[in-house]
Amino acid sequence: MANIRIPTPLRTFTNGDTDITVKGNTVGEALLDLTSQYVELKQHLYNEDGKLRAFVNIFLDGDDVRHLNGENTAINAESSLRIVPSVAGGFI
Amino acid sequence: MALNLPENLYNQVIVHLTSAYPHEGAGFLVGKELDDQRSVCMILALDNEWETNETHKRYKIMPNAFLEAENTAEKHGLGLIGVFHSHPDHPARPSEYDRRFALPWFSYLIISIYKNRVGHATSWLLSDNRDHFIEELLNIE
Repeated sequence: MANIRIPTPLRTFTNGDTDITVKGNTVGEALLDLTSQYVELKQHLYNEDGKLRAFVNIFLDGDDVRHLNGENTAINAESSLRIVPSVAGGFI
Repeated sequence: MALNLPENLYNQVIVHLTSAYPHEGAGFLVGKELDDQRSVCMILALDNEWETNETHKRYKIMPNAFLEAENTAEKHGLGLIGVFHSHPDHPARPSEYDRRFALPWFSYLIISIYKNRVGHATSWLLSDNRDHFIEELLNIE
């Protein structure tokens, strides 16, 4: 099964665990499995429309999946996924 | 939760944010958490990588910078505990835009920076349901 590395601010929802094993044949399925294991993560990864939040970047073996096939990108048991946030804000 | 920021690190933050003025400046707070106390042990001052000419009201830290910061924190036996950024000519209160893009768990240190002076500093945590910020105690000493 593939592995997802969790960034620091989201580890509070995975009992402090950094690396989570997930099932699935695509990035999207892996994320679905992750949020079924750790339900509280879902609202921080996905917006109200069910889409990944703009600041959530998913890397597969070092590549941003936006440059691959997005959440439909195929993965296998050796795949290494990583959730890497952008950080943004502004006064208005 | 309380955020404890040594004065020398607060001064480093101020140097970075005042040098960024009139644009927003930003960076990471690196340190430790014990019980309800977070202690800042170092800061990582970063470039504002917002892609348009709105850097006077927007900041962005890119994913590669986030990864580098996590690695740097781990090398020092510490962790990322929050983000600092400035509000040029505006109050040190989080905006709706800050909220939409906020990460849970992180302390968000906001400092008002004006042309000839430094304004207030406040620190905030995103609420559990993401719909507002909760101000935390900020100790600068």
